[in-house]
Amino acid sequence: MAQVTLRKVVKKYDDTLAVRGIDLDIADKEFVVLVGPSGCGKSTTLRMIAGLEEISDGDIAIGGTVVNDVPPKDRDIAMVFQNYALYPHMTVYENMSFGLRLKKVAKDEIKRRVENAARILDITELLARKPKQLSGGQRQRVAMGRAIVRDPKVFLFDEPLSNLDAKLRVQMRTEIKKVHQKVRTTTVYVTHDQVEAMTLADRVVVMNHGLIEQVGAPNDLYHAPKTKFVAGFIGSPAMNFIPCRLEENSGALTARMGEVSLPLPASRTERYKAHVGRDMLFGLRPEHMTERRPYANGQAQDFAVTVDVVEPMGMETLLYFRINGEEVSARVEPTSAVAAGEVMPLAADLAHMHLIDPKTDKVV
Amino acid sequence: MAAAIAETKGGPSRPSTYGSISRSRKRALVWSYFFLVLFAIFFLMPPIYMFITSLKTSQEISAATNPWWVFNPTLSNYVELLTSNQYLTFFKNSAIISIVVVTITMLVSVPAAFALARMKFWGSATLATGVFLTYLIPETLLFIPLFKTFAFVYEYTGIQLINNWWVLLVIYPTLTVPFCTWIMIGYFASIPKELDEAAIIDGASYFQTLTKIFIPVALPGIIAAMIFAFTVSWAQFLYPLAFTTSTDQLVLPVGIITTLIKGDVFNWGQIMTGALLGAAPPLIIYAFLMDYYIAGLTAGATKG
Repeated sequence: MAQVTLRKVVKKYDDTLAVRGIDLDIADKEFVVLVGPSGCGKSTTLRMIAGLEEISDGDIAIGGTVVNDVPPKDRDIAMVFQNYALYPHMTVYENMSFGLRLKKVAKDEIKRRVENAARILDITELLARKPKQLSGGQRQRVAMGRAIVRDPKVFLFDEPLSNLDAKLRVQMRTEIKKVHQKVRTTTVYVTHDQVEAMTLADRVVVMNHGLIEQVGAPNDLYHAPKTKFVAGFIGSPAMNFIPCRLEENSGALTARMGEVSLPLPASRTERYKAHVGRDMLFGLRPEHMTERRPYANGQAQDFAVTVDVVEPMGMETLLYFRINGEEVSARVEPTSAVAAGEVMPLAADLAHMHLIDPKTDKVV
Repeated sequence: MAAAIAETKGGPSRPSTYGSISRSRKRALVWSYFFLVLFAIFFLMPPIYMFITSLKTSQEISAATNPWWVFNPTLSNYVELLTSNQYLTFFKNSAIISIVVVTITMLVSVPAAFALARMKFWGSATLATGVFLTYLIPETLLFIPLFKTFAFVYEYTGIQLINNWWVLLVIYPTLTVPFCTWIMIGYFASIPKELDEAAIIDGASYFQTLTKIFIPVALPGIIAAMIFAFTVSWAQFLYPLAFTTSTDQLVLPVGIITTLIKGDVFNWGQIMTGALLGAAPPLIIYAFLMDYYIAGLTAGATKG
């Protein structure tokens, strides 16, 4: 059993707060991804769990024991670094067995474990090589192998794929997920890439400015973001935020955005009533602004825009245009024949809309 | 059409490369060779002259013949030196001192550099600069205070430090340790931080991180530092001249000039032979470890 618990954890560097008191419960066998822009404190948090950074305040517990003052080697963790951090003078076998040799594990046992890990990662034929004879992806596998052989309570990954090229990154992402499904070890994974976060995580922790913005399953974060930051961070291209004014017309609410005016679904009336007459932000993802087609939920609203830029992506086409002075993107079928400067009739699927209070940046 | 153009371009009828890269490269190479040869001649002249002189008898050296040619080559200088107990004692003293000094230097400066480069403690940056500053103090300024100190030690403890070859084991590291520590700090600093973090997580202590990770990874730098320490102690002249006087306590460079120059009589043949033989050990070490030495130098060049 290896839950990881963070209680009001703070990291202070001189006068700057890198992590400002975060609480997090990571369940046994769970794969949790910390994601956020650079400088949000995600790596610092991971390094505090590893014991590479001291905790300024709060508690970190691994498997129920508070480890604040426990040195890294006694925390029973393994870490995979962004630049692999393989020992350049050792072979792959020696790299993977280094920790076990220090612990004076029996030779047969070391051999068994290294060979087992090598089999999981498909690097058996590389065991005799030196790191410089390996490609980036192979080095990353070895780094993971070094973590696996130790059979730790917790795996820590610090942006392990950032040094790989785009194609390999996607491949290794799947690899990491497969490995986790095989070894089922509690994993904390840090990345700045929201796609990695979404694809790998059981739960995603979105961090910003040293605080946790939201914790949730990937789909929850996507569909029900709690703050403007999460709404904008998760999803690519990012969610559109359009300044709007909430108006009431005989019981029905309308979001007025310049010349575009969208009647909001009746089901949202109760939720948004308190904000009538105020300037709000209307949030809608590009994939929920499409060409007009029959929507099953009946909550699509038609509008028309003059298209500024057309970006065909193959599987879809991105349109850019302005609503109420804000640049907005929409995803349409690649078959839609539309050119820049043309007027395009679109439909907004308001079942997926969000209303954000610009004063608090919270989704209401 | 496009294919046709590509064909003519890549074809054999390519126009000659006037003012191209290859032309300017050629010119650069010519100048490189010119200066390399010039410097090679300049630097090889003294050892060649030493070698030529070492093969001559005293009569031939003082005769007014072509100094660059040996008319009656003889090995008598070599035979005399290598069979004289004095010269072999100097050689032995130098060898023991250099080897022990290199060992002491490494035992001090490698852990010191590791501590200064990696274990961030209060004042470590100042200390690292301080180490380098001590290297900047010339030894000519230090030998008189050191002499005074030794006299003081004798007065209070009765231990005679002057005129003992082993006292050089204590003095030489004051020259070698600061510089070697400085080289090693730079070398250790170029090792990525994640490497020791990985080792720490793998369960290595600071000592194990140093011996199992840092020393093997930084071996080129360590060898460069060793060569430096060896050369400094092998060629050191001022300190042994000042602190040792009896012939059985002398090291090679001092021994040669004190025993082979008798008043105003210079035994040039043997001086040249002794110096040439004395230059051999560093030369042999350089030749064997050259690749490592260059790797160490360039690593130092790109990283502070």
